[in-house]
Amino acid sequence: MKRFKALVLAATLVASMALTACGSGSGETASTASSSPSSGTIKVGVVNNPPSESGYREANVKDMEAVFSAANGYDLKTFYSLKNDEQLQAAQGFITEGVDYLLISAAETTGWDEVLRKAQEAGIKVYLFDRMIDVDESLYEAAVVSDMAKEGETAVNWLLGQDLSEYNVIHIQGAMGSDAQIGRTGALDEQFASGKMNKVVQQTATWDEAEAKKIVESVINSGEDFNVIYAENDGMAKGAVAALDEAGITHGVDGKVIVMGFDCNKWALRELLAGAWNYDGQCSPFQAQIISDLIKGNTTASSKKIINQEKGFDAKTITQADIDTYGLGE
Amino acid sequence: MKNQTKKVFSGGLGQLTIPLVAIALLVIFNLFRDPSFFSIGIMHNNDGNIVLSGNLISIINGASELAILAMGMTLVTAACGGQDISVGAAAAIAGSVFVKILKSMPSITGGTVVLAFISACIVAMLFGTFNGTLVAVFKIQPMIATLILYTCGRSIAYWINGGATPTVSSPIISGIGSFIPGIPIPTPVLIVVLAAILFRLLFHFTSLELFTQSVGINGSAARLNGINSTFIKLLSFIILGICVAIAGTIGVSRLGLINHETLLLDVEMDTILAVAIGGNNLGGGKFKIGGSILGAYVIQMLTITLYAMKVSSTDVKAYKAIVIILLVVIGSPVVKARVSKLMSQLRTAKAENLTKGAQ
Repeated sequence: MKRFKALVLAATLVASMALTACGSGSGETASTASSSPSSGTIKVGVVNNPPSESGYREANVKDMEAVFSAANGYDLKTFYSLKNDEQLQAAQGFITEGVDYLLISAAETTGWDEVLRKAQEAGIKVYLFDRMIDVDESLYEAAVVSDMAKEGETAVNWLLGQDLSEYNVIHIQGAMGSDAQIGRTGALDEQFASGKMNKVVQQTATWDEAEAKKIVESVINSGEDFNVIYAENDGMAKGAVAALDEAGITHGVDGKVIVMGFDCNKWALRELLAGAWNYDGQCSPFQAQIISDLIKGNTTASSKKIINQEKGFDAKTITQADIDTYGLGE
Repeated sequence: MKNQTKKVFSGGLGQLTIPLVAIALLVIFNLFRDPSFFSIGIMHNNDGNIVLSGNLISIINGASELAILAMGMTLVTAACGGQDISVGAAAAIAGSVFVKILKSMPSITGGTVVLAFISACIVAMLFGTFNGTLVAVFKIQPMIATLILYTCGRSIAYWINGGATPTVSSPIISGIGSFIPGIPIPTPVLIVVLAAILFRLLFHFTSLELFTQSVGINGSAARLNGINSTFIKLLSFIILGICVAIAGTIGVSRLGLINHETLLLDVEMDTILAVAIGGNNLGGGKFKIGGSILGAYVIQMLTITLYAMKVSSTDVKAYKAIVIILLVVIGSPVVKARVSKLMSQLRTAKAENLTKGAQ
């Protein structure tokens, strides 16, 4: 009986481990997009984080697959993992396989020296996208990255352009310390410091929609006046708007409160199109076309670090076409 | 009468002393800080309905999911002497199922919402059965058994959502998560009341309360008395599953959006806390669901108070921790025993003085 129990326990443990392994979303999904590469195709190996990581990554992965397609003359091999060591192994594998180009969005910034050196010896050109790696610049052709601070600046400049007589801002922050939070907070903090904008409240909701709603509710209940909600992602903006709706406060175009979000989910852009929100900023996940242009020699890199242009949409000018092209998710 | 006052002073409200005292303290504190904290306003929302608003409404409304989860958790705690730490992840799954079913329908009607909710219930009950089987049949510690779903639950929700954060918008959904036209009280509050009444009826018409207590106090003794303790434990997890589905549905309906990463994030810890603040023994046995509901409101009141004081939300957790340490320590058996001992000593001393005075 004891032995049976031990067996069952062991089986449960194994099962749970298998479950959690699946759960971490780090399944190896190396695949070839084109089954019969012809001699003229450019072989590209992409090492990326899994699309399950975020809506951003999902759009990023889709963009890569769309641009480096067989129709565009590419033979694409991909590997997705959140773990640096698995990524390193996969990159090693791509080098052995003999790809022409290696595209990397690393899980961690360290540990890539040796692999990149091997790639260089093998004559494989390396492009970094989305994330920088701590290596010597000579080891890669170019890095196409986002400047998080610029994203916040774009949004704040848009807000300044609205020429309000006064700015009473509710600032809902993302998880403190994350790249996106730091980038999106910086520019607004400058305005608070200079006194041009008035900080009604600055709180982190750690990306949690429900928490954002509670924060706005507490401001409404306190009776304080505000006319701008600056939420650092779409979900939190939606939470904030829910609180406004329940309190009967108008928002969006021609409303009392300006609503700003980030990420450009399709559903959020539709809110913009309907005029319920005012602005949505994006940390652009679309680096593939820039890299493809570099590979094909259509453009040349002026420096090793190429800053991907950030987008921001205004409810007054957004079109359905923008939503279809730039919106994330469904 | 005299007996009763004595009971009150020696913590005679029984289990409910701690949550009631906590609420009283918070109310007094807020009255001193800002008397307008408790003002309730009547206004039109953006849909043109007349609704109630104010901090008090925010507290009662915001604690709804927590209160419902706390009811189920109390039952699991009482029967199994342990807690389910997967409720947040399971609620994310239930919420995802709810949205998935709604999105697969051509249009959102009352019927499809009911269907989606029932599906969410079934899925949550299945996961409850999974947890319950590990605990009741395989005798695994509840916290370890539910650790499995805690770890992988949100990933399962991710699969259901296909990685996105799907949105649903419909007057019915906002009716569940916010206000029904014509009723000025937030619907989640009404759902909590309904759930509490259902639990009351369940305990009134069945022997579940007694059985759960006896299984929690001594499982083998209960079995010898003909109670199927395995079934009672399993049942507690399945009932918690229904609570999870309700909480998930409310959470999704509030915003018409399912984000598997953040829906009811960290709610498991707050739920266990609510049960603890409610004066229930986390080791199982006797329980009072009312205490847990009050516990949920204490936690929410604390959060809203801190927000109203503009405490940075990064610091809110630290302040919450301090208050909770105090509550739990005051409610601990050691302190309770000390206090009642002190009380009786005082009383005897007083009596002695009196007799001396008489001489």
